[in-house]
Amino acid sequence: MDSCNCIEPQWPPDDLLMKYQYISDFFIALAYFSIPLELIYFVKKSAVFPYRWVLVQFGAFIVLCGATHLINLWTFTMHTRTVAMVMTTAKVFTAVVSCATALMLVHIIPDLLSVKTRELFLKNKAAELDREMGLIRTQEETGRHVRMLTHEIRSTLDRHTILKTTLVELGRTLALEECALWMPTRTGLELQLSYTLRQQNPVGYTVPIHLPVINQVFSSSHAVKISPKCPVARIRPAGKYMPGEVVAVRVPLLHLSNFQINDWPELSTKRYALMVLMLPSDSARQWHVHELELVEVVADQVAVALSHAAILEESMRARDLLMEQNVALDLARREAETAIRARNDFLAVMNHEMRTPMHAIIALSSLLQETELTPEQRLMVETILKSSNLLSTLINDVLDLSRLEDGSLQLDLGTFNLFAVFREVLNLIKPIASVKKLHVSLNLAPDLPEYAIGDEKRLMQTILNVVGNAVKFSKEGSISITAFVAKSELLRDSRTPEFFPVPSDNHFYLRVQVKDSGVGISPQDIPKLFTKFAQTQSTATRNSGGSGLGLAICKRFVNLMEGHIWIESEGLGKGCTAIFMVKLGIPERSNEPKLPFMPKVPTNHGPTAFPGLKVLVMDENGVSRMVTKGLLVRLGCDVTMVSSSEECLRVVSHEHKVVFMDVCVPGMDGYEVAIRINEKFTKRHERPVIVALTGNTDKVTKENCMRVGMDGIILKPVSLDKMRSVLSDLLEHRVLFEAI
Amino acid sequence: MDVVNQLQRQFIDYSASLHREGFLDDQFTQLQKLQDDNSPDFVVEVASLFFEDCEKLINNMARALEQQQGVDFKQVDASVHQLKGSSSSIGAMRVKDVCIAFRSFCEAQNREGCLRCLQQVTHEYSLLKNKLQTLFRLQQQILAAGGSIPVVE
Repeated sequence: MDSCNCIEPQWPPDDLLMKYQYISDFFIALAYFSIPLELIYFVKKSAVFPYRWVLVQFGAFIVLCGATHLINLWTFTMHTRTVAMVMTTAKVFTAVVSCATALMLVHIIPDLLSVKTRELFLKNKAAELDREMGLIRTQEETGRHVRMLTHEIRSTLDRHTILKTTLVELGRTLALEECALWMPTRTGLELQLSYTLRQQNPVGYTVPIHLPVINQVFSSSHAVKISPKCPVARIRPAGKYMPGEVVAVRVPLLHLSNFQINDWPELSTKRYALMVLMLPSDSARQWHVHELELVEVVADQVAVALSHAAILEESMRARDLLMEQNVALDLARREAETAIRARNDFLAVMNHEMRTPMHAIIALSSLLQETELTPEQRLMVETILKSSNLLSTLINDVLDLSRLEDGSLQLDLGTFNLFAVFREVLNLIKPIASVKKLHVSLNLAPDLPEYAIGDEKRLMQTILNVVGNAVKFSKEGSISITAFVAKSELLRDSRTPEFFPVPSDNHFYLRVQVKDSGVGISPQDIPKLFTKFAQTQSTATRNSGGSGLGLAICKRFVNLMEGHIWIESEGLGKGCTAIFMVKLGIPERSNEPKLPFMPKVPTNHGPTAFPGLKVLVMDENGVSRMVTKGLLVRLGCDVTMVSSSEECLRVVSHEHKVVFMDVCVPGMDGYEVAIRINEKFTKRHERPVIVALTGNTDKVTKENCMRVGMDGIILKPVSLDKMRSVLSDLLEHRVLFEAI
Repeated sequence: MDVVNQLQRQFIDYSASLHREGFLDDQFTQLQKLQDDNSPDFVVEVASLFFEDCEKLINNMARALEQQQGVDFKQVDASVHQLKGSSSSIGAMRVKDVCIAFRSFCEAQNREGCLRCLQQVTHEYSLLKNKLQTLFRLQQQILAAGGSIPVVE
């Protein structure tokens, strides 16, 4: 048997150890072959496994190991050299693959480990996200609650509803046991329980405001957990249960005055209310952070809502006040209007109704004077006349004064002779003065212009009044009247600091001083002199009569003339001096924009003043036409008469020097005729002078006449003298502008 | 001469009474002043013209106011305006015053008022006509007796 080239195993195969080895090898091979099968099966099942190549390697390694052990089985008995060769090859291969696998695993195992770490990490992350989700959800819920609460709170502007709603909604949202609001009292030293959730009518518990726990809550803008035992939390009557957790938050009470437009108030307000919230006592609930945040937000919203309500209340109160004031003002205005209307009616009545009988009385008394009377009768008539003159003056004065005060009085400016005014005053006052044996002297400065522009009538009235007063209050002595042009240094009088006259080229200031040696005036009475109806109390003045209006009217006239009037006196018995300054215009011939005025005295010519003057008269009314013709014929004119405007235009020629036309002609306007005539005669010296004859001289008629280029207006009815003077003026100046 | 004086005095008194009673005013005096040797009958002519005018205008107004449907107040107003003009030219004061009132009624379109005024105007006019005719007769008598008509200032 040696020649079979077999290899003998070292140990006999029947040895027990050999037998065990044989069995073990068999099972090893079995296991090693089944593992890869399992691997392949499971890997095929899961598609995810990334390390296929490793598996293949591993599988190869296992298979070869298994093969090795399998082949080892044959080496237990006698085996040929081929088997040994196969065995050796298998072992070599196995060695190679296993080394390769070992090397591979060095790379692979850290990777596998890191996979595990990543898995752990992802799990943590997921847990965290879950937690955050939970948080967000609770926040969103809180937000929803807040929105709903705010909506409820802000849907009303009534303070009580706001607060009640707040408590109710909070109670519902947070499932509170009790919720209460403590408001500061008026004094600000205590907090009073104002609203609660469960109790209907909170009896007025009060708590002093300076408790440490309250201070703590007030000083923080967050909700603060407080002990259930502190006084603000002891709202419910003491029960058996342990009270739940309590939280308190401050509610700022913003005042109206805190709202400036430009800077929002820092919460420097001192007034807070306290809101106390209690969880149910039998649950083990705790205050969560999000619930506290909810409470804080609600507290702020309540503050805003309350301030809105306060603003609304305030504005409603202001509006009511304004309405009341409005009504009162309206009433006052209507009363004032009624008063003004009553006064105007009264004045109107006074004006007409009182003047008419006055006029009759005065006229008839003067007529009576002219007749034959016995001396007693004459005395009686004179007394009647004097009294009625006085009364007439009084009426005029009062009416003048009220018109002056109205502001409706306007000066009638005109050129007048200043010297003549003074002379007239002197003439008027001389009789009375000589009766009282007073000596009156007039001094006119040499530089005083002879003519001036101003209101002649009222200036005379003023001078007369002042001089009259001087005469009235002097029993003996002399009166001196001085008039001169006020120079600029003298204009600024230290006694009248508020009067600053400024002379100019067209104006000068007339200064008049009236000095008398009469009873004088005491210094304390001087300011009252110019007030209406005030008179000094001495008997002398009482008897002199007068209404006390004179000086008041003078003052107003002087003011209208942009001047100043005042009285100086050294005391009772020392006489007094009345001084006034008024602004008058200086007339210049070239400077006058207005049309020249008619001279006051009509020149008296002979009956045939205008021989052969060709005149055209246009009047529709036969009678009035005839009268006008009669007038003109009497004055020597050659009169052509026409009764219609067409005829007038046809007949008018350059021979006619004057055309009189009635402008009240219906149909074609007299004005149009004037325009046509103006058009017809282009050269001014060929054109006849056009004069309107009319029954009314209101402003409109005057303006219309001026507008169409008429040269004058005459008011019907015309007297002979008037016609004469009108014609002479027209022919001299070629322009008239009004003759009444 | 006594007759003339008497007549003249009568004339003056009558004239004065007319003025006093308001039938005539200053304008009539002016008219009288215009009468001279060149136009000796000036006043009479003017007066006759006035009476003619008056009658015509009064008739116009009466016709216009009689209209049952729609009185034309404008026409009435125009007539009153004419009448007022004429009466003021001659110096017929009372007629003129009535015309003024008449005009305001016309403006207010008050038919009743207008009718009343028309009656008044007619009345005044007839009165005045009688008086003036008396005056003119006196004048004629004076002239016939050889005197001259005194000027009343």
